[in-house]
Amino acid sequence: MFVRVLRKVLLLTLATLMAGCNAVVLHPFGDIAIQQRNLVVASTVLMLLVIVPVIVLTFVFAWRYRQSNTEAVYEPDWHHSTALELIIWSAPLLIVIALGALTWIGTHTLDPYRPLDRIDASRPVTADMKPLKVQVVALDWKWLFIYPDYGVATVNELAAPVDVPINFQITASTVMNSFYIPALAGQIYAMPGMETRLHAVINQAGDYEGFSANYSGAGFSGMRFRFKGMSGDDFDRWVARVKVGGSALQRDAYMQLEKPSEREPVHYFATATAGLYDKILNMCVDPSKMCMSDMMKIDAKGGLGMESVYNISRLAYDKPRRRDQAAISTPRREYVTALCASDPEVVLSSVVVPAPSEVSARFAP
Amino acid sequence: MSADEAISYYDMKGEHHPENGTMLGFWLYLMSDCLVFAVLFAMYGVLGGNYAAGPGPKELFELPVVAVNTSMLLFSSITYGFAMLEMARNRKSATLSWLAITGLFGAAFVGLELHEFAHLISEGAVPQRSAFLSSFFTLVGTHGLHVSFGIVWLVTLMVQVGKGGLTVENRRRLSCLSLFWHFLDVVWIGVFTFVYLMGVLR
Amino acid sequence: MDQRSELMHTLFGRLSWEAVPLHEPILLITFIVTAILGMSLLGYISYARKWSYLYHEWFCSIDHKKIGMMYIVLGLVMLLRGFADAIMMRMQQAMSFGDSVGYLPPHHYDQIFTAHGVIMIFFVAMPLVTGLMNYVVPLQIGARDVAFPFLNNFSFWMTAAGAVLVMMSLFVGEFARTGWLAYPPLSGPAYSPDVGVDYYIWSLQIAGVGTLLSGVNLLATIIKMRAPGMGLMKMPIFTWTALCTNVLIVAAFPVLTAVLVLLSLDRYAGMNFFSNDFGGNAMMYVNLIWIWGHPEVYILILPVFGVFSEVVSTFSGKRLFGYASMVYATVVITILSYLVWLHHFFTMGSGASVNSFFGITTMIISIPTGAKMFNWLFTMYRGRIRFEVPMLWTMGFMFTFVIGGMTGVLLAVPPADFVLHNSLFLVAHFHNVIIGGVVFGVFAGINFWFPKATGFKLDPFWGKVSFWFWLSGFWFAFMPLYVLGLMGVTRRLSHFEDPSLQIWFQIAAFGALLILFGIIAMLVQIVVSIRNREALRDHTGDPWNGRTLEWSTSSPPPAYNFAFTPNVHEQDAWWDMKARGSQRPTAGFIPIHMPKNTAAGLVLAGIAMICGFALIWHIWWLAGVSFACLIGGAIYHSFNYDRDFHIPADEVRVVENQRSRQLALQA
Repeated sequence: MFVRVLRKVLLLTLATLMAGCNAVVLHPFGDIAIQQRNLVVASTVLMLLVIVPVIVLTFVFAWRYRQSNTEAVYEPDWHHSTALELIIWSAPLLIVIALGALTWIGTHTLDPYRPLDRIDASRPVTADMKPLKVQVVALDWKWLFIYPDYGVATVNELAAPVDVPINFQITASTVMNSFYIPALAGQIYAMPGMETRLHAVINQAGDYEGFSANYSGAGFSGMRFRFKGMSGDDFDRWVARVKVGGSALQRDAYMQLEKPSEREPVHYFATATAGLYDKILNMCVDPSKMCMSDMMKIDAKGGLGMESVYNISRLAYDKPRRRDQAAISTPRREYVTALCASDPEVVLSSVVVPAPSEVSARFAP
Repeated sequence: MSADEAISYYDMKGEHHPENGTMLGFWLYLMSDCLVFAVLFAMYGVLGGNYAAGPGPKELFELPVVAVNTSMLLFSSITYGFAMLEMARNRKSATLSWLAITGLFGAAFVGLELHEFAHLISEGAVPQRSAFLSSFFTLVGTHGLHVSFGIVWLVTLMVQVGKGGLTVENRRRLSCLSLFWHFLDVVWIGVFTFVYLMGVLR
Repeated sequence: MDQRSELMHTLFGRLSWEAVPLHEPILLITFIVTAILGMSLLGYISYARKWSYLYHEWFCSIDHKKIGMMYIVLGLVMLLRGFADAIMMRMQQAMSFGDSVGYLPPHHYDQIFTAHGVIMIFFVAMPLVTGLMNYVVPLQIGARDVAFPFLNNFSFWMTAAGAVLVMMSLFVGEFARTGWLAYPPLSGPAYSPDVGVDYYIWSLQIAGVGTLLSGVNLLATIIKMRAPGMGLMKMPIFTWTALCTNVLIVAAFPVLTAVLVLLSLDRYAGMNFFSNDFGGNAMMYVNLIWIWGHPEVYILILPVFGVFSEVVSTFSGKRLFGYASMVYATVVITILSYLVWLHHFFTMGSGASVNSFFGITTMIISIPTGAKMFNWLFTMYRGRIRFEVPMLWTMGFMFTFVIGGMTGVLLAVPPADFVLHNSLFLVAHFHNVIIGGVVFGVFAGINFWFPKATGFKLDPFWGKVSFWFWLSGFWFAFMPLYVLGLMGVTRRLSHFEDPSLQIWFQIAAFGALLILFGIIAMLVQIVVSIRNREALRDHTGDPWNGRTLEWSTSSPPPAYNFAFTPNVHEQDAWWDMKARGSQRPTAGFIPIHMPKNTAAGLVLAGIAMICGFALIWHIWWLAGVSFACLIGGAIYHSFNYDRDFHIPADEVRVVENQRSRQLALQA
């Protein structure tokens, strides 16, 4: 037993030393993650200023004033000292003021919604740098990446050129996930019907891990993807490969892809229908559905009145995606399916409105 | 110095009777209930404009009915006040009569509200239709449920007062119900203002 | 559909034999073991003819002391269940790498981590903390019971009913697979159509009613029933923390109740509060549940801060340093705990200013907490510290909790949270503060007040064994999780690809094993103490040389607590009485007014549980009938005016004379 414990302790020490090398949060390769790491380290050091003395004092006092040490002073009624009280309250206060300042500045400069102004500590972003746009969709249980500028899409593999700002637009199909590539930048939630954003840059070529950091159901553990940082030329070759090797991602293909599946292998889509992401975001890839952006515009004008009261099949999104086969027990309801236009395509094409400010997940209290 | 001797460490005569905490306890419960309503109001505040391309307050709310409804509840508060005054004068049958009138007003309120709900549902404006309707039915319905419980409680108390008279316990219970009843009145003022009036103005 | 199945559906709703997991060996074995243990316990009670005693003297008791002890027993029993879940998770994560998928499929594993969180917070930490407050607060303020003794019994049984529902989900149906806060849309009707989330909702709702009522009860008790002379600034510090905790309970639990009602309306009535479609907004749920959830953290930690304060000053033989600043710190924490909820979801897309605001308010909480830490330190300074078991737990807490506090403040820095949110670093952090704070504190409290409750001390040897296993187990189990979090490993995973992580999970599993030994040692400690109770007996009622009023009465205290209500003149009232040589009165007893026992609480909570079960399985007729019974039962109970009686002076004299003899024997 004892030997086993000892072995574990030795292993632990060894592993701690090794951990320095592969703790990706402490050794990231993207500028945003590096700055976040710096903040983690700085805050920890700041707090240790007060934590270490507390721990030391705990042991010193415990030892010095133990009952058997009759030499130590014993003052059973001593219970107040204004000077000490001042120190007790002001020491943590000073640390919190320093930390608060760090927090305020850090939170604003590292706001994931804020476009980058530097590639790394020494290189600012210049006007001629064209950021890479990637639209990310968290599906059950895989990741879809759409490259609007290249017209391609991939599943479970994301690539980006080194030292080029990446602008992510992120949403999800059914439930909440969190888009996280530790080597690149901090995470942000991916939520259905809403869009979150992330701006980041990768500074070193490599093959990194990405995953969902928010539990989303049975297939969650396998919801991983590779993030590949590449040189500009490699990236172009990668795009070419995607274009050659893949099928097309249109509405039907997306509706198929969206169905729950686990541990999906990497897929390439040579072409991705323009505007698909907006339809995903607005939950109207299915042409018979009303887009959220339209619904919100209608609502802003006071709704559609009593005439539309039964018009619900065009809005139902969750129920068709129910995660079991059991019969739906809610009572049958009658409704009018067609309202504005007989051809759903007409409606759709007339109202493709990317409205990130409306749909965005920004929380305004 | 005989100060130490003067200090008594025990209440030998049993003079110390802890104050009765019932009213405080009930008031604390009401405050917690108030938070339940706060959440429902917040939900309505956030979701109240999400009509899901369906009908909004303008098409659905009939202010005259709601105004009658509101007056029923306000009157019931006044009559409850009269009941409490009669209780203070120790007049059992007068207290009971005012309680009965209060109950009738309350029942009229609940009845009108049910009528309103039935009308909405028959038109298809069901709580499932939109987030706005969900939050509307839940907020107003929760209030209505409270009033209904209040009526059940009121009838129970009337039986108890009828049987046992205006005893200390029954007086305490009547005071608690009084707090409850006026509290619901205050909440309704909020519902009337934020849901109905502002809804129609929206 | 033939007629028969239609009939079965009406009678039993969704419930069928398929709901009983006979095909899952792990559950089947668990069921058999539980059944054998349960039957043998029931058999023993029958054999010893204790049913009547248990029922009349305990189940129907409205004595705050017995209810407090029942809360603690409930908490400890549920700790075993919650810990079984923990060790299963640790085993799964230590095994499930690469080609090996471990022994738990996601369907089962996901229920386990949900159940672990729910049970540990609602049915372990809450009952333990509520139990301590229930037992100690009336004694500390010199009261004879709580303000509403019947309500107290009802609250306990509602909590127990919630716990029974959770346990039922193990063998009938399943528990939620959503994580302990059941975020929609995942917990909505479309993505979790099964009974799991319904078990979650109804067990929490029923237990929540109990918690809320007990909060109202203790609050009214502390405000209205203090002994004469005990002004607010003369209250014992534990009572202060209990006061603040119950303020938090009354102001936070209604939010949980309301938000769960809304989720149930989504699930049962097809409403659209948190759905993706029809204008629902799932982010509202996340906000609301954390508006309850963050104060909940302080509901758990504040009372144990009180425990530590009492323990430190008692075992240092010294007045608490900075009583006033301790009180202010507690009040500041109480208020601030409502201004930080958003730090649980910095990553949901709030703007930088909103995030900074909530990050900084969170850091501000560390100021009063830090002040408390220093106050304990300076209470030890120039004291005479006795390292009895409660003090050991306190030392373990002071050392462990500061680390957890530090990582907590780190997580409050939004950009740092972006890289650590939902990671195992976060898991390590909150276990660091909950085990290192709440659990250690509750154990300190149990060891401290056990002699008061039973009349004999807990065995110190096994207490120390338990302490060292827990402490080392904690460090082994959670330090690897900090490291894993820094390696970018997220939580709630049942399978991993990277083999280099495995060693860390194995170390963590080893730590869980050490904690298991700690729990076993604690059970042994209780058994050994009961066996050696004569040797461990305390006749004085004041085994630790205590400072507050609970130590002035006998151990265990008589049903009426104090024959004469004490008059309070100083902060540490009992210390003051001892120092000035006050004499315990031995004559002139008067009859004492006490409430009567009743079965109403047990019956009503039982009906509520049946109603919950019926709602979970959609057995509508039973839900309707039981709800009607609940209302009817409450009304029926309200017709019972015969609720109290007087303990005659003679009986008081007999009890008090016996104590006088005991004290004389000691002297």
